[in-house]
Amino acid sequence: MNNKLILAKQDFSFKSFFLQWEWMLILLFILVNIINASLSPYYLEFNSLRDATMTFLDKSFIVLPMVFIMILGDIDISVASTVALSSVIMADLYNMGVPMELAMMICLLVGTVCGLINGILIVKFKELSAVIVTLATMIIYRGIAYIILEDQASGKFPEWYSFLGWGYIGGIPFILIIFIVFAIAFALLLHKTIFGRRIYAMGNNVTASRFSGVQVDKIKIIVFTLTGLMAAVTALFLTSRMGSTRPNIAMGYELDVIAMVVLGGISTTGGKGRMIGAIIAIFLIGFLRNGLGLINVPAQVLLIIIGLLLIFAVMVPNLKTYRDKLRRSN
Amino acid sequence: MTEKAMSKVSIGASIAKFRELGLLVFIVLLSIVVQLRNPSFLTIENINDMMTNTAILSILSVGMMLVIVTRGIDLSIGATLALSGMIAALTVSDYPDLHPILAILLGTLIGLICGTILGFLISKGGILPIIATLGLMNVFRGLTYMASGGKWVSAYQMPTSFKSIATSKILGLNTLIVIAILIYIIAYYFINHTRTGRQIYAVGSNPESAKISGINIDRILLLVYAIMGSLSGLAGVLWVSKFASAQGDTAMGYEFSVIAACVLGGVSIAGGSGKISGIILGSILLGILNNALPLINVSPFWQMGIQGSIILIAVMINALVKRGVDRNHLMRRKI
Repeated sequence: MNNKLILAKQDFSFKSFFLQWEWMLILLFILVNIINASLSPYYLEFNSLRDATMTFLDKSFIVLPMVFIMILGDIDISVASTVALSSVIMADLYNMGVPMELAMMICLLVGTVCGLINGILIVKFKELSAVIVTLATMIIYRGIAYIILEDQASGKFPEWYSFLGWGYIGGIPFILIIFIVFAIAFALLLHKTIFGRRIYAMGNNVTASRFSGVQVDKIKIIVFTLTGLMAAVTALFLTSRMGSTRPNIAMGYELDVIAMVVLGGISTTGGKGRMIGAIIAIFLIGFLRNGLGLINVPAQVLLIIIGLLLIFAVMVPNLKTYRDKLRRSN
Repeated sequence: MTEKAMSKVSIGASIAKFRELGLLVFIVLLSIVVQLRNPSFLTIENINDMMTNTAILSILSVGMMLVIVTRGIDLSIGATLALSGMIAALTVSDYPDLHPILAILLGTLIGLICGTILGFLISKGGILPIIATLGLMNVFRGLTYMASGGKWVSAYQMPTSFKSIATSKILGLNTLIVIAILIYIIAYYFINHTRTGRQIYAVGSNPESAKISGINIDRILLLVYAIMGSLSGLAGVLWVSKFASAQGDTAMGYEFSVIAACVLGGVSIAGGSGKISGIILGSILLGILNNALPLINVSPFWQMGIQGSIILIAVMINALVKRGVDRNHLMRRKI
């Protein structure tokens, strides 16, 4: 019965606002592509568009579980450091003679453990927000990566490993196929399972969820662990694409990931948003970066644009509620 | 069972009472250990160097404490520091006759503008501090690179008068230390003896009741982030003057040191509590650690991991102490 109530409330809010938001995203997406196409004559070629997806999809694996975290009303800023740590450990183990397959498994394991530690700390220390816990682990994980590799690069991976970042299956980038599989799985998990509904319930009201029998702590730990695992998946693809790794790999990814989630219409206070919005936002920001890169916009200007985009995306829904509040008080 | 609970209570409560003393003892012990390992630690030269470094850290800690007291966090201060330091450096390299005090004011003004924008986004825009500062951090960092065109401003481009801000002395004390002491005196008066200062704590400990009792929360938040921005701007000028170089990545990640100094000093991340005496000791301890680790041959690559662990352990201890104090209060109520 409880689930039904929440469901009804969700339906209402989707119709009133979030459907519009996703339409707006699609419009923005088309707009970005029109601008890009007019700026660079090579932009609209199929090959160039297809290969563009390969350059930005690596971080999109983190976006999927980050949607869960932000619907819970939490945030995880340690993801980029988790990517760095798992990538560095994988490269270091491989160069010490561990077979590549095993090193990749350990990479996934390291990411999972990083996420698990975040989850346990957040659940055991309820006084501490996810912000401060993941801030601390962000520094620690990156710090361990620096302790392992210092300022060196590590690489020389086997030939076949580059397939992850550069390979095609039937003309479609391998990374795109994997992303689609993961995106469908995560969308189903969020929208079609009890687990997903409970995440929405927790995002709306943790206390009420606990009283109605949801194992709040367990769900939180699972979600953070999942995020660590997906950060390790990102590490696999990113390292393959770069061909080598450094402790400062994936620096600043947390900004891109959070910007994509927020732009996708997931409310920063939790409880609202849909997976499809975040997926559109991944492609929106990805193609925006790609287009700006084609016309040689420097990386620093890109930073400014993504930063402003993030703030803009959070502001718009807030301004709307602010206006509603004003109207109601009048 | 009650006896066990009692002992737990007394531990938690006593740590809360003697936190400052404990920090002081720890600082003394650390100094002795480092001195035994490397005799050049407690030389006048090194102490002076350590104090000036700590001065910048402690100036920023004041602002960060106010931000954390209102339940916020500011990750953009490293970028604000770099931006205002860079613009001040570019200005003095173009106008070498500019009085150093004007350069300091210029940097502070730029920091104030950055902080006000941030405060406006958080108070009026209703954006979570973590997201707003994460976004603006990148905007300010990008602006720093754009302002300098990706180049450095090196020592030879800066006039001697500007570089001497950090080397000159007032009443026998380094100017940086004097500025830090002045800021601490003003901050002490401001947060303990003015209405606005107390309102900051009220907003942090319970926003709802603060609102009901007529405190303008938006104004307080705006003020807090504006103060943080101005202090970062000031620190930016001092930083550039001290190291005689302004770069695009100046003070990258320095916000973590500042947050570590605050949580070490007992500023509660849940808001509403934090003392000036605590953050002084927190900054000094962190300043000593930053200075001492290279002296006892700890690789600089360990520094990041150590700093992160300090933050994590400090916030965990703070949380446990608070649990102890709360339980203590509950027990007293029962009796």
